[in-house]
Amino acid sequence: MEHPLIEVQNLSKSYHRDSLEIPVLRNITLEVAEGEFVAFMGPSGSGKTTLLNLIAGIDKPTEGTILIAGTDVTRLSETELAIWRSRNIGFIFQFYNLIPVLTAVENVELPLILTPLSKRERRAHAATALQVVGLADRMRHYPRQLSGGQEQRVAIARAIVTDPAILVADEPTGDLDKISAEEVLNLMDRLNRELNKTILMVTHDPRAAERARSVRQLDKGELA
Amino acid sequence: MELLRLLFRNALRHKLRSLLTILGVGVAVMAFALLRTVVSAWHAGVEASSANRLITRHAVSFVFPLPLAYRDRIAQVPGVENVTYATWFSGVYIDKNQFFGRLAVDSETFFEVYPEFLIPKDQFDTFKRERNACIIGVDLARRYNLKLGDIMNVEGDVYPGSWEFVVRGIYRPRDQTTDPATMMFHYKYVDERVRLEMPERSGEVGWYIVRIRDPENSAAVSEAIDRLFANSRAETKTETERAFQQNFLSSASAVITAMNIMSFLIIGIILLVVANTMIMSVRERTHEYAVLKALGFSGRHLFFLVAGESLIISILGTALGLLVTLPAVRGFQTALPKGWFPVFYIKPETIVLGCIAGFLVGLIASLIPTRRILTTRIIESLRHVG
Repeated sequence: MEHPLIEVQNLSKSYHRDSLEIPVLRNITLEVAEGEFVAFMGPSGSGKTTLLNLIAGIDKPTEGTILIAGTDVTRLSETELAIWRSRNIGFIFQFYNLIPVLTAVENVELPLILTPLSKRERRAHAATALQVVGLADRMRHYPRQLSGGQEQRVAIARAIVTDPAILVADEPTGDLDKISAEEVLNLMDRLNRELNKTILMVTHDPRAAERARSVRQLDKGELA
Repeated sequence: MELLRLLFRNALRHKLRSLLTILGVGVAVMAFALLRTVVSAWHAGVEASSANRLITRHAVSFVFPLPLAYRDRIAQVPGVENVTYATWFSGVYIDKNQFFGRLAVDSETFFEVYPEFLIPKDQFDTFKRERNACIIGVDLARRYNLKLGDIMNVEGDVYPGSWEFVVRGIYRPRDQTTDPATMMFHYKYVDERVRLEMPERSGEVGWYIVRIRDPENSAAVSEAIDRLFANSRAETKTETERAFQQNFLSSASAVITAMNIMSFLIIGIILLVVANTMIMSVRERTHEYAVLKALGFSGRHLFFLVAGESLIISILGTALGLLVTLPAVRGFQTALPKGWFPVFYIKPETIVLGCIAGFLVGLIASLIPTRRILTTRIIESLRHVG
């Protein structure tokens, strides 16, 4: 791989419980090229989500470096990380995590508040993102008025609205029925192929993993 | 703007809880303002006192009279501009619950020394001409539906017997701190009858009020007056009017201090209530704040959201509390025996203090939940089960 977008080198992560040190990731080295769609699989406790969180910059490693487009995110301060995340990472959570008191379009607009865009531009971007996920007609709906699949699509719209290079998805179909899961996976596939988004997905679902271009197995904190 | 919208919607997310908290803040602010008003009413006499007035009374106690003959000698003390006197008449008007000041005064000089009692000239002239005339405050006229020419029958206790006074003047207080419910009549009228019925008490007055030229000289003038009567049958104690009024408060100082402390304790309690509401609200939304942090929102944004929500609740509560304070103060005054607090009004400082308290409650109540959001790691918050 000539110029990988993501370079993880000798990454380790341990948690401390009282005086006990619990290793979660051991000496992980990984490269992901721009536009890849990688699925991380493995049993519970294997460290998949921890790896995803470290790459997304919402957790700090015990050892090792994570270079993303040349930036070592492990060296950034909390404030720098927050700014970096807002520009480079789109999050897709298992339970969607939409703000229940905001409409679909307002939820999608949230990350744009941190940009210098005007209110009108923000609204236009959010509407476009909702159009991409096929929910243009549900802009004014509150999360409680949407199905699980639709909520996840709104969450995806929120993840892509700032046009980040990387999408991280933690069990994006874990809370969905088969049909909704299929819709969400189709959408992620489109984002990857048509918009060249680099997608890192943690999943237990083999059918979801099949949609990725590559699958990496983790076991006891190590990449197989 | 979206954050502002989110802030407002968050504040109203649990309508019942927010409403109860707002009501709680409202009741607390009202109680705070009411207590402050009572404390202020207690201090009204002190606040109404003038810097250029001294009070000369018997050195042993206020209840012992002074000879009328002292008046001319006091008037000759350097620095003294005018001297008048008054006597506490007491007595019962209608029944013992009708309390207001009844003073026998020197009609020639008393109102010169107390320009804060505003009396129409024609009424004052009539008052001076009639021996059993009296002047009453507008509050008394309103309270007992008295008009000029009406008779007030007072049953004397300090000065026994039935006393009849004719209302010849109704004064308006110049300042908000001036007592609008005092009755004043001629000392001469009282003393003439005393001379006949209790001659040993004739020619005695309750206290002297001394107007001085320069308030800076109050200590020297006081000392000079008291020196005049040292080693006499009735030694004097002269002090500023403010100090004299404060002596009256000293007996109630423990109660006033307790009320002062209570008023601030109430604010402390409501701070805990609002803080509790905010902690509960923020804990329920741990996931949402974690998502906002993951999206790149900074501590400043999160503080704005939490403090803003807390401030909305406390400011609405404060506004409600101050709004109901006015009728509450009126109701409180009505419920009290007549004349307990002749000067009873909400001071602007009380409103300002209430607003400051409401703002600080909102701000301080948001500190703990904000700190919790900021110090909890995103991944821990995302794992949190609310």
